[in-house]
Amino acid sequence: MSIKSKELTLISPDGRRLDGRRPDEIRELKIKAGILENADGSAYVEQGNTKIYAAVYGPREVHPRHLALPNRAVIRCRYHMTPFSVEERKSPAPTRREIELSKVIREALTPAIIVEQFPSSAIDVFIEVINADGSTRCASIIAASVALASAGIPMKDLVAACSVGKINGVLVLDVTDVEDKYGEVDMPFAMMPNRNEITLLQLDGILGPEEIEKAISMAAKACKEIYEKQKNALKERYIELRKTVEEGFRT
Amino acid sequence: MPIYVKDWDLVVPGEVLAEGDYVAGPYVYKEGNKLFATTIGIVESRRGVIRVVPLQGPYIPKVGDVVIGIVVDYLPTAYLLDINSFYKAILQATEVLPPQKNALAEDLSKYLDIGEAVVCKVMRFDKYSDVVVSCKGKELGKVTEGRLIKVSPAKIPRLIGKKGSMINLIKKETGCKIVIGQNGFIWIKGKDPASEALAEKVIRKIDQEAHISGLTQRIQLMLQLERRS
Repeated sequence: MSIKSKELTLISPDGRRLDGRRPDEIRELKIKAGILENADGSAYVEQGNTKIYAAVYGPREVHPRHLALPNRAVIRCRYHMTPFSVEERKSPAPTRREIELSKVIREALTPAIIVEQFPSSAIDVFIEVINADGSTRCASIIAASVALASAGIPMKDLVAACSVGKINGVLVLDVTDVEDKYGEVDMPFAMMPNRNEITLLQLDGILGPEEIEKAISMAAKACKEIYEKQKNALKERYIELRKTVEEGFRT
Repeated sequence: MPIYVKDWDLVVPGEVLAEGDYVAGPYVYKEGNKLFATTIGIVESRRGVIRVVPLQGPYIPKVGDVVIGIVVDYLPTAYLLDINSFYKAILQATEVLPPQKNALAEDLSKYLDIGEAVVCKVMRFDKYSDVVVSCKGKELGKVTEGRLIKVSPAKIPRLIGKKGSMINLIKKETGCKIVIGQNGFIWIKGKDPASEALAEKVIRKIDQEAHISGLTQRIQLMLQLERRS
């Protein structure tokens, strides 16, 4: 592709992006916890047109046995894109990119999980991308951490994630597919909001020192916003049940 | 010493519960001056100790726990039980076999078949070895009649209640014998199927509504209504 961002207007002079967002605005984010019946924990995340399911199984026995660690649980993660998730059919076989993202997501989640509680066991995280429209690894981390919490796995904190991009020289939050492809920079970022610890920071493109600092503070702010939504999603199920039960008791 | 939560509040991992001189109870950790929750659950604070009662989660074996295991496999002189945990439990065959029988020479499936349930006690559990259970003792042994149901292991403390108040209430009202395995398996044996079904219904309700205050009242009401009809 020879189109460069210089030739494309991704952000209008008055600071509106292609989908009408301001640079520091994330897309509409919907999170639902505990939607898959057969998984120990699960979550569904919809961030604009990016749609992701995450399922957690475990802690369970490790197979093959030799992969087990005697002092902690092993976290296994599989990020997978469905063949219909992108414009042109994607082969269902894991690609180089998916294998890499699985590793990156696993390493973003592991610091949050108290792995020492379940020696020689495995916690499996399966992430299925139903529709991809940019920032899938960040949405995957959001979904996976809600799924882990809904499985009742002890965690130090939830992990929230958000990407920062640079389009036409402007730093923007939560990049879409088009902004990622034709923009200058894509920086996925994940953190534990209550502990203020960064668990994932990647950078595709070039940013100056001031820009990096600004990008991180923008992403951190967005992560706190996303964390509130994760929290609400986890509580929602129980609060709803609480309401119906209390009403039923009164009558 | 600010405390940000009150009893019966719902919390999720990472929520800051309090700051200052509080003691971290189960499912709470302290770092620096702050106390964080580690799981989704309900807050309980007693005399400066803050704990979270989990709503979900796996069964973690503890020595002395009574559990109900289901036979899944045989070893040369032992049974392998599924105890609804991330480890299998080992039950020595000598505990099941009649005395003077050689476990190596016997067909173990004659005494306990695959799929059969055993009430047993956790004898040994540490980080590096399998769980070892024993079925010798009072009220332990093979489950032969009644029904076996499974609930979330996290809800067992609520099912038992304070000093067994909840489970004694169910036992009294339904006339059933109920054995609770800490791992979430529950064995109910009643005089007739109807009383067993009632006990099961009550236990399922507790499993669902354990996190909502006023549980005992609701269960009492439910049992009263059932008795009338």
